[in-house]
Amino acid sequence: MSTLVIEGLRASVAGREILTGVDLEVAAGEVHAVMGPNGSGKSTLAHVIAGRSGYEVLGGSVRLDGAELLGMPSWRRAEAGLFLAMQYPTEVPGVSLLDMLTESVCTPEGAAVAEQMRAEAGRIGLDEQFLQRPVNVDLSGGERKRNEALQLGVLKPAFAVMDELDSGLDVDALRLVAGRIEEATEHDGLGVLAITHYSRVFAHLRPDAVHVFAGGRVQESGGPELADELEADGYERWTAALPAPQEEATPFTDPFGDPFADLLA
Amino acid sequence: MHPFTVDAARSLPGPRWLAERRTAAAERFAAADPPTAAAEEWRYSAIADFDLGAYRLANGAGDTAPAGGFDGAGGGAAAVMDQLDGAGAADGLDGATDLGDGAVADLLDGAGVASGFDSGVGAAVVVDVLDGAVVAIEGLDRLAAAGVFVGPVTEAPGGEGMLGAVCDGASDYFTDLNDAFAPAPVAVHVPAGAIVDASIVIRHHTGAPGRASFPRLVVRVGRGAQATVLDVQRSSGPALVVPVVELDVGAAARLGYVNFQQHDHRATQIAAHVARVEQDAALIAASVALGGGYARTRTDTRLVGRGASGDLLSAYFGSGDQILDFRTYQDHAAPDTTSNLLYKGAVGDAARSVYTGLIRVRPDARGTNAFQTNRNLKLSEDAWAESVPNLEIENNDVRCSHASAVGPVDPDQVFYLESRGIPTPAAERLIVAGFFDEVLDGLPIRGVEQAAREALALKLNEMLRAAA
Repeated sequence: MSTLVIEGLRASVAGREILTGVDLEVAAGEVHAVMGPNGSGKSTLAHVIAGRSGYEVLGGSVRLDGAELLGMPSWRRAEAGLFLAMQYPTEVPGVSLLDMLTESVCTPEGAAVAEQMRAEAGRIGLDEQFLQRPVNVDLSGGERKRNEALQLGVLKPAFAVMDELDSGLDVDALRLVAGRIEEATEHDGLGVLAITHYSRVFAHLRPDAVHVFAGGRVQESGGPELADELEADGYERWTAALPAPQEEATPFTDPFGDPFADLLA
Repeated sequence: MHPFTVDAARSLPGPRWLAERRTAAAERFAAADPPTAAAEEWRYSAIADFDLGAYRLANGAGDTAPAGGFDGAGGGAAAVMDQLDGAGAADGLDGATDLGDGAVADLLDGAGVASGFDSGVGAAVVVDVLDGAVVAIEGLDRLAAAGVFVGPVTEAPGGEGMLGAVCDGASDYFTDLNDAFAPAPVAVHVPAGAIVDASIVIRHHTGAPGRASFPRLVVRVGRGAQATVLDVQRSSGPALVVPVVELDVGAAARLGYVNFQQHDHRATQIAAHVARVEQDAALIAASVALGGGYARTRTDTRLVGRGASGDLLSAYFGSGDQILDFRTYQDHAAPDTTSNLLYKGAVGDAARSVYTGLIRVRPDARGTNAFQTNRNLKLSEDAWAESVPNLEIENNDVRCSHASAVGPVDPDQVFYLESRGIPTPAAERLIVAGFFDEVLDGLPIRGVEQAAREALALKLNEMLRAAA
């Protein structure tokens, strides 16, 4: 069974340390929520685990079933069983979903990819017409999120990092998508690290553990009841304890962060 | 010194009108100064390295004695005429030249007329041209009944009036050279109202290293007629190819033209594609440019009748130390005309590409819509792409835009594919191939896009393998 173990993970962007020592352990079939306020480094954590360029790893380790992911190119991490569901899935003009999934080293030779795509689309209520389009091109935010879930269903990773799964999804879509992922945890032993700043996703995807993320690391861990507490009281208890932000000439902006984060807060 | 003299031009075979035309062109050429990179239209070009003296004249197919030769070949242009007059064109094709194999055969297999034009699959006529001279024509019988002519301009009804009808208004140093030395210009004449429901395919091959060839293609589509023409350009070895293509689209006619260029990587091409589009006529002119050490194409599209339109497309890919050079001119000379240009290219290794384009809207061309987009992918540090769009607008009632970009493969797109388990080179290959889709999907001849995709993928794979 798969286990994702993150130990002492530290990373910086443009010389500024964003992850300050992350420790997390998620076993197969478990759903762990990482909840934190905007700017706490949640998306950076997702990107560093997946190996996106632009981040410098300063220390620590990320192991999937004992294999060190740090230092591997992103596609090797996927081959090792990791999947990243992005907050803002990228448009890839001219590349069809079918070609992409067929080219993936995660897809077995001779797999009936087109059939699996159709089956997965049906399960999460994604209209089949979207399967013909280039990856994410002209898809709404919600359709892109469904598309991420569809790919997860076809690629069958051991472990998924889901960055703000619920953003862009309406209530019905969220129920279908979260339900599909929960099913994968139950039937395929999928391990999930669900990064979010709202708890509404957990109405459909029950977390086994909740981690409060602030100041670039896990501040407190607990059961599902911690999510309810956060919903009621917010993050102030943890952010208040953090040292005041360093003096900066220009405020830090995560290059891959939510451009509307302040508006949503 | 070079062999492209007035005497050499005068001595080419042909009727008197053609000889006179050649002589006049050769005299203009002899009197002109060669272009230099100081001229705007030759900026960024490789003209400074160009030496006409390095090439010899290929006086027709027989003169070049290609590998294997063809039956009875050996006597210069006379042999070409024998081929045409004698034992049937097909003999010249079978096993005689190597024109029919590999990529071209594949290309032709699927070539049909795309939707928007009448449906139909396959090539209606195939003309093989070696070193600028016609060696074989196949399949004309069916079309001849409809009054369609495909063959040497000297045999075309009204051929004298066709040659130069479009290009003479846009001649330059190299079109004069073509006019002087084209041994057997090819004419395609589609009479008014005729609808050719399969493609007319012209396969040009420049066979011998060190030779210069001057392919000439003149297409005239009469009022209300429809046709598609596939023009294949290939060569073996370090040849000079100076093609001129004239596209004359009559009122309410529709013409789809695709130029598929796969020259030898040591060949030099300096081409001119000149089009005139009359009232309510539509031209889709596309090029797929893959070969050539230095391959330049000047494309002039003149919209001369009210409501005329031109869709101009190109997909190009340079690797090694290739230089691909495109100059486009969208000339709106009548009201309510529309032109839409989309040129997309990729350069890798130490290859270079040049795109310069001008949209000109003349004073009485009110209601013009003119668009020009050039996008370039730079696939390596040493590759280089230049993109210079220009507008010259003399009427206020117009909609014009131009856009150009040069940049690497988007790292966000690469990361997305990598995060799905696609190795980096495969991810880049998919993205680069996909980059051309927008152009290839618009090609007016069905089946060519698949051949183009395969040729592009092959070239890209070779480049990535060499880099790895």
